[in-house]
Amino acid sequence: MSEKDNKTPEQKKPLFRGYADHKISTLQEGFAATNNLEDLRNNPPQPVKPTVCDDGQTPITDDLFVLAHHDPSEAERTGYSNYSYWGSTFRVFFKKRISGILLGFLVLLLAFTFIQPLLPNQKDPYLVNNDPNTGIQLRNLAPNKEYWFGTNAIGQDLWSRIWSGTRTSLFIGLCVAVVSIVVGLILGSIWGYARKWDKLFTEIYNLFDNIPYTILRMLLMYIMHPSLKTMIFVMCLTGWIGMSKYIRNMIVIFRDREYNLASRCLGTPSGRIVVKNILPQLISVIMLQMALAIPDAIGSEVFLTYIGLGLPVSIPSLGNLINEGRKVMLVPSQRYQLIFPVIVVSAITISFYALGNAFADASDPRNHR
Amino acid sequence: MITLFLVLTIVFMLMRLLPVDSYFEGRSDAMSETVKNQILSQLGLLDPWYTQLYHFWTKLIFHGDLGNSIVIRKNVPCVKIIWPKAVTSFKFGIISLVFQQVLGLAMGVGMARSKGKFGDKLGNTYILIINAVPAAVYYLFIQLYLSTLFKLPMLYSPREWVSWILPVICLSLGGIASNAMWMRRYMVDQMNMDYIRLARAKGMTSTQVAFRHVMRNAFIPMAQSLPTTILFTIGGSLYVESLFSIPGMGGLLITSIQRQDNTMVQAMVLLYSIISVVGLLLGDIAMMVCDPRIKLVKKGGSR
Repeated sequence: MSEKDNKTPEQKKPLFRGYADHKISTLQEGFAATNNLEDLRNNPPQPVKPTVCDDGQTPITDDLFVLAHHDPSEAERTGYSNYSYWGSTFRVFFKKRISGILLGFLVLLLAFTFIQPLLPNQKDPYLVNNDPNTGIQLRNLAPNKEYWFGTNAIGQDLWSRIWSGTRTSLFIGLCVAVVSIVVGLILGSIWGYARKWDKLFTEIYNLFDNIPYTILRMLLMYIMHPSLKTMIFVMCLTGWIGMSKYIRNMIVIFRDREYNLASRCLGTPSGRIVVKNILPQLISVIMLQMALAIPDAIGSEVFLTYIGLGLPVSIPSLGNLINEGRKVMLVPSQRYQLIFPVIVVSAITISFYALGNAFADASDPRNHR
Repeated sequence: MITLFLVLTIVFMLMRLLPVDSYFEGRSDAMSETVKNQILSQLGLLDPWYTQLYHFWTKLIFHGDLGNSIVIRKNVPCVKIIWPKAVTSFKFGIISLVFQQVLGLAMGVGMARSKGKFGDKLGNTYILIINAVPAAVYYLFIQLYLSTLFKLPMLYSPREWVSWILPVICLSLGGIASNAMWMRRYMVDQMNMDYIRLARAKGMTSTQVAFRHVMRNAFIPMAQSLPTTILFTIGGSLYVESLFSIPGMGGLLITSIQRQDNTMVQAMVLLYSIISVVGLLLGDIAMMVCDPRIKLVKKGGSR
């Protein structure tokens, strides 16, 4: 039973001035303007010209009009908006077909990277393959049915090495991205919001920022022994700096807006203001930084490996693979050893970069209409 | 100045953590502990860290001395080794810098003026690819394919001018992309401003507006990074130089690291830090020159 049916006639009497009544009064233009329906029923107003509809033939009679009912649910709908932040973010995001395709591609690639070792007939990336008949290593074998991407200089299967390397590199990239974001977010929030710490943090930032990152990374890798752990550590050490600076600048912009002032007057604790009022504004920036941190980490892994400060040669990583390929690139028949890893690296970095940008655009509410 | 002092001190302290093997010229297995200690104490490496730091600073400030090379050219002062290399790097850097600025800014202006059209999209794709793909990767491809395509030499040789082409292209590509990207963004920002609408309303053509108003204002933020870029041309590019075997500073740093010449690494890292700090300072000054509204020295009285 809806509310409407329970109403007694007395309750109906004071007419509700909503949309429904407005419609009636618009229709009744040309009649006496009144909102009291009871009045209208008792003395129907004398129709004035024109007495016919616009087509000039149909006479206007009362039975053309129906009394509109007051519907509370209808009235409620006008004040309701079905806007949801994430909903419109994804709508804007998927409106561009290219971002959908890229996302699908990246998800497939990531899934395949992890599924690949579980598939049947996959070779061990570390295994040195020997010819079953002669026992000689299958060195620098061009791509064929058995070895899809060929073999490298000591006869390891390039196909499985590439996927293993992608795993390593993506692992480094993800670790660095997550650590940089978390540390950068925490330190940046403190730096931006607590005025007391501003001076100290700024000094520390200047100190780190004045040494070029590449040099700092090289120096640290040089001091510590190159391994997976040190590489992640070194990249995190330089990664959080830019992030926290960025967060700090954004927080300084939003810190003294009126709504935050109001929150503070109402006694909201600082932590809550930062987390609930300010950080949601920065979602797009954070996502962008995160998406960009991954290609950056992969790129600097390639670079560090090139100058001999990367991962040990025994661990397959995209940097190591490219470096191995570089050594044989002067022989045109062996260039596949360079080209395959390069294609994989480029595909991963470009899609992360483009996706990050597309998502950052989509998550900005100003782009939602 | 204080920042510079702290940076140099930190780098120096980090340097003390470096592996000491290189001081023994690759004969560390054959040496006894006593001999090793003797060599180290001769170099002053066994002193407590504050004494070392003190010696380092007094030497640097009063004699301009960064120590002697150990491996690359034994007992030759680092400064003497670095100087000719820096000149080579500087030549390359300046050439590519001209390309970066001219082409990059032109591209940015062009993209901003044709916003949303084909040219803009093409430029954006270029920027995307250059930014996303690791530099190490596309340099390799340029070296590999452009050299065979146009019959250019793969490695640098000082006598042939054609061997300069590929390194300069490599050095410029990244700079062109970033210059174009920022120039485009600043210009698009400026174009939406009210004063531009006024300029259009008073009858200026869009070309006039773009060059007289938009570009001048959009260039201000770009000016800040200019001195750093110029200074870093001395440092050369780590990657390009070692890839094309150009005898420049970047290549030297990589060689010193690979051959574990600690004093050389130390001297060069210090040099890079100095360049970076001075560059930032000059950048602020450059911005002040371009935009009279920005003042670094606080004037009393106003507001």
